[in-house]
Amino acid sequence: MSFLELDRVAKQFGAQTVVDDFSLTVGKGEFVSFLGPSGCGKTTTLQMIAGFLDPTRGAIRLEGHDLTVVQPAKRGLGIVFQSYALFPHMTAAENVAFGLEMRRVPRSECSERVRATLAMVGLAGYEERYPRRMSGGQQQRVALARALVIRPSVLLLDEPLSNLDAKLREEMQIELRQIQRNLGTTTILVTHDQNEAMSLSDRIVVMSQGRIEQIGTPQETYERPASAFVSQFLGKTNDFAATIDRTATPGQLIAGSWSAPAPAGLAGPVTVSIRPERIGFGDAGLAAKIVTRIFQGNHWLFQCESECGAVIVIRQNDGQPQPAEGEAVRLAWRPEDMSLRRAGGAA
Amino acid sequence: MSAAPATDGRDARTAWLLTAPALMLFVGVLVIPLAMTVMLSFHDWGQYKGIEPVFILKNWHEVATDPYFAEMFWRTFRIALLTTLITAVLGAPEAYILNRMSGRWKSFFLLVILGPLLISVVARTLGWALLFGGNNGLVNKLLMSLGLIGSPLPFMFTETGIVIALAHVMMPFMVLSVWAALQRVDPQIENAALSLGAGPFTIIRRIVLPQIMPGVLSGAIIVFSLSASAFATPAIIGGRRLKVAATLAYDEFLNTLNWPLGAAVAVLLLVALVLIVVGSNALIERRYAEVFR
Ligand SMILES: Nc1ncnc2c1ncn2[C@@H]1O[C@H](COP(=O)(O)OP(=O)(O)O)[C@@H](O)[C@H]1O
Ligand SMILES: [Mg+2]
Repeated sequence: MSFLELDRVAKQFGAQTVVDDFSLTVGKGEFVSFLGPSGCGKTTTLQMIAGFLDPTRGAIRLEGHDLTVVQPAKRGLGIVFQSYALFPHMTAAENVAFGLEMRRVPRSECSERVRATLAMVGLAGYEERYPRRMSGGQQQRVALARALVIRPSVLLLDEPLSNLDAKLREEMQIELRQIQRNLGTTTILVTHDQNEAMSLSDRIVVMSQGRIEQIGTPQETYERPASAFVSQFLGKTNDFAATIDRTATPGQLIAGSWSAPAPAGLAGPVTVSIRPERIGFGDAGLAAKIVTRIFQGNHWLFQCESECGAVIVIRQNDGQPQPAEGEAVRLAWRPEDMSLRRAGGAA
Repeated sequence: MSAAPATDGRDARTAWLLTAPALMLFVGVLVIPLAMTVMLSFHDWGQYKGIEPVFILKNWHEVATDPYFAEMFWRTFRIALLTTLITAVLGAPEAYILNRMSGRWKSFFLLVILGPLLISVVARTLGWALLFGGNNGLVNKLLMSLGLIGSPLPFMFTETGIVIALAHVMMPFMVLSVWAALQRVDPQIENAALSLGAGPFTIIRRIVLPQIMPGVLSGAIIVFSLSASAFATPAIIGGRRLKVAATLAYDEFLNTLNWPLGAAVAVLLLVALVLIVVGSNALIERRYAEVFR
């Protein structure tokens, strides 16, 4: 059931390919994030959906109809820009009303919808304020209201929260998710912040250098990263080299003096990837020494030097005594918490 | 904090000392001559007795009652107003189009527009005279030989001629002023309006124009005051047949040698300009408070 569909979309600026082979289907009411480092082509992709840029190749369809032949002004999408792009010479209410005016919505209905939408984003009573007289968070809400009031088929958000401070950003994330759930608006969010993508989205599209690395739920992409890039980009991770020895039965996964039964499939040199919070200190396991121990409130961060290189370990601060700096420890984890990839490539 | 007043006192004295040289220059070359000009406008003058340092209102009375001066000032401000309108109507779109051009073309055309600033006003105005001056003007000759016009286009010694030449001279000031305003406009704002369903004409009228209006208006103030006090262009195109306030004051000083009357004209022009500029500036600031803040 695809609502919005991107089919092998590509964009070139001169000789430079900025987006390539981008295929994605988005279901109605779904919240999808494009996640990737700055310059990987997220905005470019969003602008192609919005119609500000034409794809060099590929098709974009909305409910089965080709979207690329529709003028941007006629697409009926709601867009929130990174800079908000509010009209500085209009009050909050005038900003929000602009899209309705363009649609020739009758005056009484227009003012009622403007009032209701501003109230929904928590700006009741701010109707007559000019954008310059509002805080960043309030401007952000006006921009959101302006995009939502036209009841867009798809809401496109380009790094909408990146100009807010950390605390406000967290609040807005929760609010944004609630509003989106209540309205059921299909939403695409562009962000380079993995926490934002994970806490908001139904699915994440991880991008790197104009290409899709992985599409999956936040949990899938975090726990089953499809590539080294994804595992590195989505939070801290430990990658180290190991080999799978198939000459013994059952096969053995060997890293230094540590070994474990190998899962079926791979053979030869592999990369083992484990999240730092999945590693514990045990009696048996990979031999390591704690180099630094950092207290971070609700958890401890350990930097260890193991026989396979540097390893980061995160332990919940649950009141249990923790090993000290310089102490020799054994690192252990459950087999299902580690993911294996053929060395140097994708899984 | 108790030491603050003493420090403040010393700071203030240092500030005065540091600005003293510039201040003295300012007083010496601007304030004193200006005050002397104002005084001069109250002195008497006669063909044979020359300037008499007395305090009379003769010159002011003459300027106020003789319709010749009224006509002169009307013409001056009419020319300045028309020039301002032309530069605004042509310069604002020019700056907008320029701003939308991509990198290389942008720098090139910016240079084309600002280039004339590097050439003397006199040279530029003489260029117009060469093109349109009577029977020998290049354009007139061409059009007449093509049979498109029977007699040369009237340009020299006409208000139209002065306005066109002044608009050409003043255009860079308007373009630069609007350009500066455009730099403050969010580059995504047109896309925002577009996504809300606005057409290109609506975007210009409702989104872009209100935001660059302060730039257009401050450009207008610059162009208006420079045009109203312009000397070289009206002097060359209008000559002594079609005088404006600046050329009139010049003639009173250097040809008639009636310095006091020339001073009265100059002071009146200055006062009128200051009033117009300060007044419209205050209006603009009040009107566009929310855009500027
Ligand atoms: N109009 C353009 N012309 C040429 N290159 C562009 C243009 N817009 C973006 N790019 C390039 O495309 C790449 C991706 O840009 P963008 O989509 O903005 O990245 P992101 O939003 O992921 O940070 C960047 O390398 C950028 O320099
Ligand atoms: Mg971007």
